[in-house]
Amino acid sequence: MNLFASAIDWILDPANYVGLNAIPLRIGQHLVFSLVTVLIASAIAIPLGYLIGHTGRGRGLAVTTSGGLRAIPTLGLLTLVALWVGIGVVAPYVALTVLAIPPILAGAYTGFEAIDRRTVDAARAVGMSELQIVRKVEVPLGLPLLIGGLRSATLQVIATATLAAYVADLGLGRYLFSGLKTRDYAEMLGGSILVILLALALEGIFALIQRFVVPRGVSGRLDTAPTLRTGSPTAAR
Amino acid sequence: MTWVLANLGLIWARTLDHVVLSLPPIVLCFVVAVPLGWLARRYRLSRGIILTGAGLLYAVPSLPLIFVLPAVIGTSLLSPVNVIIALTLYGIALMVRVVSDGLDSVDADVRQSASAMGYSTWSRFWQVELPLAGPVLLAGMRVVAVSTVSLVTVGAVIGVQSLGSLFTDGFQRGIQAEIIAGLVATVGLALLFDGALVLAGRVLMPWTRRITAAKPSAPVEVSAA
Repeated sequence: MNLFASAIDWILDPANYVGLNAIPLRIGQHLVFSLVTVLIASAIAIPLGYLIGHTGRGRGLAVTTSGGLRAIPTLGLLTLVALWVGIGVVAPYVALTVLAIPPILAGAYTGFEAIDRRTVDAARAVGMSELQIVRKVEVPLGLPLLIGGLRSATLQVIATATLAAYVADLGLGRYLFSGLKTRDYAEMLGGSILVILLALALEGIFALIQRFVVPRGVSGRLDTAPTLRTGSPTAAR
Repeated sequence: MTWVLANLGLIWARTLDHVVLSLPPIVLCFVVAVPLGWLARRYRLSRGIILTGAGLLYAVPSLPLIFVLPAVIGTSLLSPVNVIIALTLYGIALMVRVVSDGLDSVDADVRQSASAMGYSTWSRFWQVELPLAGPVLLAGMRVVAVSTVSLVTVGAVIGVQSLGSLFTDGFQRGIQAEIIAGLVATVGLALLFDGALVLAGRVLMPWTRRITAAKPSAPVEVSAA
C-alpha cells in the first residue's frame, strides 16, 4: 500500500504542476486529443450509420467491417501508421480514428433499427418526407443508442490514447512510459491512476447524458451495451 | 516478406507466448463469470452491485490497469501474471452481464416446468437454464476471445512478450514487415479462437445446429468457421 502513498505524493507534488510536463497540461492534451479523434470519427461514422439505418442497406458489410476492425490490435495499427507517417501526433490520430469508427457506426444504425417500424410508417403516413422522418423521428429516437456508441468510442479512445504516448509525446500516457524508462514506479502508478480516474469520470458523465437524451414520452429502458449486441459474434461470420 | 521468411521461428515463438497469455484469461473469466452472473440475476441487491462493478471495471483502461496491478497484488511489474489477471478481469466484466442476460432469456415457463418435473434448483441450473442460455454465453465468449487476443499485445510495451513484441520491435527497428506479420498473426489467432468456440458450441449445443442449418446463411458460417 506504500506504493499507492508514493503515487499520491507524486500526483500532489507541486513540481508536477509546472512546465511542459505539468499534470493539468497532460490531462488537457489527453482530453483534447480524445475529443478531436471522436469528432473526426463521428463526422465519418454518424452520416454513414444513419444512411445504413434509414435505408437498411449495407448492414451486413458494416457489421463485418466493424467486427474485423475490432480484432485488430491497436498497438499494431499505431506502430504501423507511425512508421508510415513518422513519430508525432498524426499516427495516433489516424489509428484511433479507425478504432473509434466501429462503435459509433454501430450506435448510429442500431439506433435507427431499434425504432418500432410502425412509428416510422406512421410518420410516412402523415406525410413526412424521408428527410423529415430522419430528422424528426429517427434521429431523436435513435439518440440513446448513438450516445451509447459514442460512450464506448470515447472510453476506448481515452484508454488507447495512453498507448499513443508510445509513439508520440502526448497525454497522460507519457508518465507511464517515462516512469518505465527511469524505473520510477511512483510516476507510472500516479499516471495510471490519473488515466483511470479520467476514464471513470467520463463514463459517469456519459451515463448521465445517456439518461437525459431519451425523448419525452419514450420509456427510459435503455440497453447500454450496444457494443456486445452488434459486436463480433455476428461480425465474425 | 523476406523478413517474415527469415524469422518464422521468432513469429512462432511469439505466437506460443501469445497463446499462453490469452488462453488462461478466456477460460478463467468464464469460470468466474457464471456464478457471478447467476448471483447478479438472483437477488436485486447483488444485481446492482455486481453489474455496476462490472461496468466500472470494464471502463478501466487496460494499460494503466497492468501498471496498477503489481501495487495491488504484489507481483513484479514485468510479470506476465499482471497481463493475465488484467485480461481475466476484463473478461469477467463483460461476461457477468452476458451470463445474467442469458439466464434472463430463459423462458419462465420452461423454468417452472423443470421444477414441476422434480429438478432441484441446482440441477435445474446446470441441466436446463445454463444450456438454454448457451447461445447467448457463446456469443459473449466470442467477443471476449477476440478482444483478449487483441489486448494481450498491449503487454509488449512494458516487456511482456507476445505477438505485440513484433509491433514494438518492428517500430523501434523500423521493420514494417515485422509489424504487419504481427497484425496478421494476431488477427489469425483471434479467428482461430473464435472458430474453436463456434465448434465447441456446435458440439455442446447440438440443438442450435439444427436451427442454424435451416437458415440460408448457414453455408457462410461453416466456411468461416
